[in-house]
Amino acid sequence: MWQWFHKLGSPKWFFGIATRFMPWLLAGGLLLLAAGLTWGLAFAPEDYLQGNSYRIIFIHVPSAFLAQSIYISMAVAAVVTLVWRMKLADVFVKAIAPVGLVFTFLSLFTGAVWGKPTWGTWWVWDARLTSMLILLFLYGGVIALDRAINDEKSAARAVAVLVLVGVVNIPIIKYSVDWWNTLHQPATFKLTEKPTMPMEMWLPLLLSVLGLYLLFGWLTCIRMKTEILIREQRTRWVRELVMAGGK
Amino acid sequence: MGSAGGALIKPVEQGVSPLSAMGAVFGRDVRVAFRQRQDLLNPLLFFVMVVSLFPLGVSPEVSFLQQSGAGILWVAALLAVLLSLDHLFRHDFDDGTLEQLVLQPQPLFLLVLAKTLAHWMLTGLPLVILAPVLGVMVHLDGNSIAILCLTLLIGTPVLSLIGSIGAALTLGLRSAGVLLSLLIIPLYIPVLIFGTGTVAAAAEGAPVGGYLALMGAFLVLALTLAPFASAAALRISLSNS
Amino acid sequence: MAFDSFSAFIIMEGHGPYVWACYAVFAVLVAGLMIWSVKRHQSVMDACQRRYVHDAKNSGRPAQKASATFTRVEISQD
Repeated sequence: MWQWFHKLGSPKWFFGIATRFMPWLLAGGLLLLAAGLTWGLAFAPEDYLQGNSYRIIFIHVPSAFLAQSIYISMAVAAVVTLVWRMKLADVFVKAIAPVGLVFTFLSLFTGAVWGKPTWGTWWVWDARLTSMLILLFLYGGVIALDRAINDEKSAARAVAVLVLVGVVNIPIIKYSVDWWNTLHQPATFKLTEKPTMPMEMWLPLLLSVLGLYLLFGWLTCIRMKTEILIREQRTRWVRELVMAGGK
Repeated sequence: MGSAGGALIKPVEQGVSPLSAMGAVFGRDVRVAFRQRQDLLNPLLFFVMVVSLFPLGVSPEVSFLQQSGAGILWVAALLAVLLSLDHLFRHDFDDGTLEQLVLQPQPLFLLVLAKTLAHWMLTGLPLVILAPVLGVMVHLDGNSIAILCLTLLIGTPVLSLIGSIGAALTLGLRSAGVLLSLLIIPLYIPVLIFGTGTVAAAAEGAPVGGYLALMGAFLVLALTLAPFASAAALRISLSNS
Repeated sequence: MAFDSFSAFIIMEGHGPYVWACYAVFAVLVAGLMIWSVKRHQSVMDACQRRYVHDAKNSGRPAQKASATFTRVEISQD
């Protein structure tokens, strides 16, 4: 059993697996995302409260989900780095941190633009937006720290410590921002995703979420492959792979 | 075995206890800081100056200052602590003392805790003492000032502790100052929210016991967890340089 | 279809600019991220390949000359 676990840590093994799965992840992701977005944009009915602006939800929610899941998976990888010193875990964190940053920005942007027609203002210091903004800062910090340290191994461990400190903080941040927001929230304003969505809205949302997660899987694969190439360029298997013109 | 190295080498059976090692580190840091008094004065001056910027830059109206005063003071204190974190480890890092500290047989996290507490006593505590004066300048009433000082008293150690993690992570890096701020400010936000929230609640007459208890919880959490993270980060930074 | 005509689809009863701006930014950023990742992968592959070819070419040459050479001089100690 441990043999499987340690095999999981082999860059060469991962490179092969990733190459095999990538086409499926890309095809599946593009298909599901396109289906979900087209359905949501053109076919789902208008929301009786918000009109058509709610259609932004089909890109806002997947982005927000991903922004948070990516950080949590980075935290798991950080534990693996610090406890088991597995190379692949470092590669994972370095590869997906920029992706997490982009999706956090996207959820902030789409959230802000959704806010304008719906609540009349571009930005609102509500709990969710503010927590997302802080998440953006956390991602920025991780990327900045990684770039500032030259030694690969030290950078990986320092980033792992930072990610873990951040993840401990996330529930605290969420709680405090939530609480702060209940103090400062304007009386008439309430940001709700309706707790029960009609099926015609929920299904395209599901498709979009799944599609974006699959695309994220593809992105993870290719970015990790690139990072593995850089780190393992002195090994024989990489040399043979590259010289064979392989993918 | 012990006689060859004289007083420098202590046989393991007569090792220095962790507590006295902490005391030694604490005392040393305080003494060294007093020899370089500039480091002590700078955060205080910064604190006063930043607070002064708000009436000048925004509005000197009593109503505005009374409403925002607690927040202004808290933000200024936070920035002052952030500024002072640079010299928590760097002087020792530059002259090699830090490496000696890491090599000590006593647990590193205790020594780091001692350093951080010394740092707080030299930086955060003076801010708390200065706060009433500035509170008067921003027209806060007596009760608000008292609660404000209490929140600063509980909150500034948390800031020092969390800050020590950032300082340890960015040790020896180029542009460490800005990077440190980038890393630490998101982690400071909950402390800031509750620190100012407590004063706001007090101003409305609401009971503050709960808020203070929560801030106390932050302090306990930081006291127990931050030294470990800082110690780990120190080892990483030292192995890097 | 939730809309009567294509122009209605674009305008979305006044919410058009917001919805389309969001979708456009989303498309640009996600596609951009994917394209950038592919390009970076490719350029790393190319760089590795160049390096291996270069190493293979140079492997026939004698070892690099040292920047300083020490000539042994026989000096009698008598």
